[in-house]
Amino acid sequence: MSSLGDLYQEVILDHNRRPRNFHQLDISSRKVEGHNPLCGDHLTLYVRFKDGVIDDIGFQGSGCAISTASASLMTDAVKGKTIEEAKLLFSGFHNMVTGKLMSTVDVEMLGKLSIFAGVCKFPVRVKCASLAWHTLRAALQSDQDVVSSE
Amino acid sequence: MIGPPSGSTTQNLSPQSFDITQIRRDFPALSQMVNGKPLVYLDNAATTQKSTTVIEALSRYYSKDNANVHRGVHALSERATTAYEGAREKTREFLNASKSQEIIFVRGATEGINLVAQVMGQRLQPGDEIVISTMEHHSNIVPWQMLRDTRGVVLRVIPINDAGELILNEYNKLLNERTRLVSLVHLSNVIGTINPIREVIVRAHNRGVPVLIDGAQAVSHVKVDVQALDCDFYVFSSHKLFGPTGVGVLYGKESLLESLPPYQGGGEMISSVSFDRTVYNKLPYKFEAGTPNIAGVIGLGTAIDYVTKLGLEKIAAHKDNLMSYATESVGAIEGVRIIGTAEAKASVLSFIMDNVHPHDVGTILDQEGIAVRTGHHCGQPLMDRFGLVATVRASFAFYNTSEEVDKLVSALHRVREVFV
Repeated sequence: MSSLGDLYQEVILDHNRRPRNFHQLDISSRKVEGHNPLCGDHLTLYVRFKDGVIDDIGFQGSGCAISTASASLMTDAVKGKTIEEAKLLFSGFHNMVTGKLMSTVDVEMLGKLSIFAGVCKFPVRVKCASLAWHTLRAALQSDQDVVSSE
Repeated sequence: MIGPPSGSTTQNLSPQSFDITQIRRDFPALSQMVNGKPLVYLDNAATTQKSTTVIEALSRYYSKDNANVHRGVHALSERATTAYEGAREKTREFLNASKSQEIIFVRGATEGINLVAQVMGQRLQPGDEIVISTMEHHSNIVPWQMLRDTRGVVLRVIPINDAGELILNEYNKLLNERTRLVSLVHLSNVIGTINPIREVIVRAHNRGVPVLIDGAQAVSHVKVDVQALDCDFYVFSSHKLFGPTGVGVLYGKESLLESLPPYQGGGEMISSVSFDRTVYNKLPYKFEAGTPNIAGVIGLGTAIDYVTKLGLEKIAAHKDNLMSYATESVGAIEGVRIIGTAEAKASVLSFIMDNVHPHDVGTILDQEGIAVRTGHHCGQPLMDRFGLVATVRASFAFYNTSEEVDKLVSALHRVREVFV
């Protein structure tokens, strides 16, 4: 059961039970929908930018423990970060959950997010962990309003 | 290739017995470890495991009889044709169709429905109506929606009650002079409801409307007699009946099949071709263009042999016992809600757990070697009806045991330990 323990760590379970930043932002924010057709997970991400920085971020939606905790921890991690820093976090997180080699810079940068490292042992759950991040990336770089983790 | 354990053929099965140990030995995939635990395979509504006899039938065809069917005059072609047509006859007998030319081999239940939709659709007019139900698999929804988009056909949906049963009074109201077909699932792949299809067929026929029955889940549980049912079409997939993937059956009444235009064009479905004029072949070949899945069809015949030998009545009795036991013991777990409580129900147990997403349940069960399906089960409109995005689904076959139900229950307690 060790790998299961890697997946469902206490921090993840805690963020699933009590997701942080689980709310809408006002209409001045950017709103992007993300969904995972495989499991029906769905989230709406709200991001407010100010001077190239993520000034505030929130999300709503329904999903499994991994996707909910990932969205919760992501919003905590990127709040106050510049757009460039958030993009770097996206790449680092993506490398980690897909089991790609990570640089020591990635590891340091990811900090608390590294509790999702165990996800790479569960290939079918990678999309759950990545959904919020793909949605964030869309909010950061394009005019897409709906993204899918497929 | 997987070597069969000695003495693992169905020949050892006396027709009176239901020797579960022996039966399990006949299915090599069942005796493996998954994540360090013995596999508990409870995803039979998605696909069933294959017996050594079926695996050997595929191997035998490819190693000895491989040739095209209905074409050559040489020995191999004759053997392949005999085996292929032999499987058609077994299928006819299995469904109690009156003629073997009423049995069309297709890729699966999905293609069977699409075939009917495509060939019937050519003659439908805008405003013509097709009746389906809330509990249809996507494969019995989307082909009709495609006709809605191309031909202006209107879809009418029989609603269900909270138990997951058809509301037959509402069904009556949907039938009218524009109804061209009723297309209905026999046994729901999501909630296990067994529909009163005989009643549905009688009411449709009273209005002169033909009926297609999607038997993908039903054929492994109930004895289907297409003549007694008097259905006009019946479809099922080989792989849900312990046969190979990529093969399915469309049964159609001879007169209806005769009256319909062909499906795909190509070899086999013609009797003569010139650039001016092509004469289509007779049934069933008219609907079987191209080289078919010969090995798969032969494998299906072998799977039908296995199921027939075991006996569908005994299979149903064993599975009904398992279902009652599973319903009682899973339902008794705190925070579990069973979805679908139809009075006539079989094979499929869908449920949700408070505060735990089905995917998390599925991952934890997998760590215990237990295979279930989690998600919407290709029945999103049904999920919407129950206000859900996903369920956990345990589905049973004759090779499952009450010990496996016990393992499921203790793993679900483990899920609660992790999450609550």
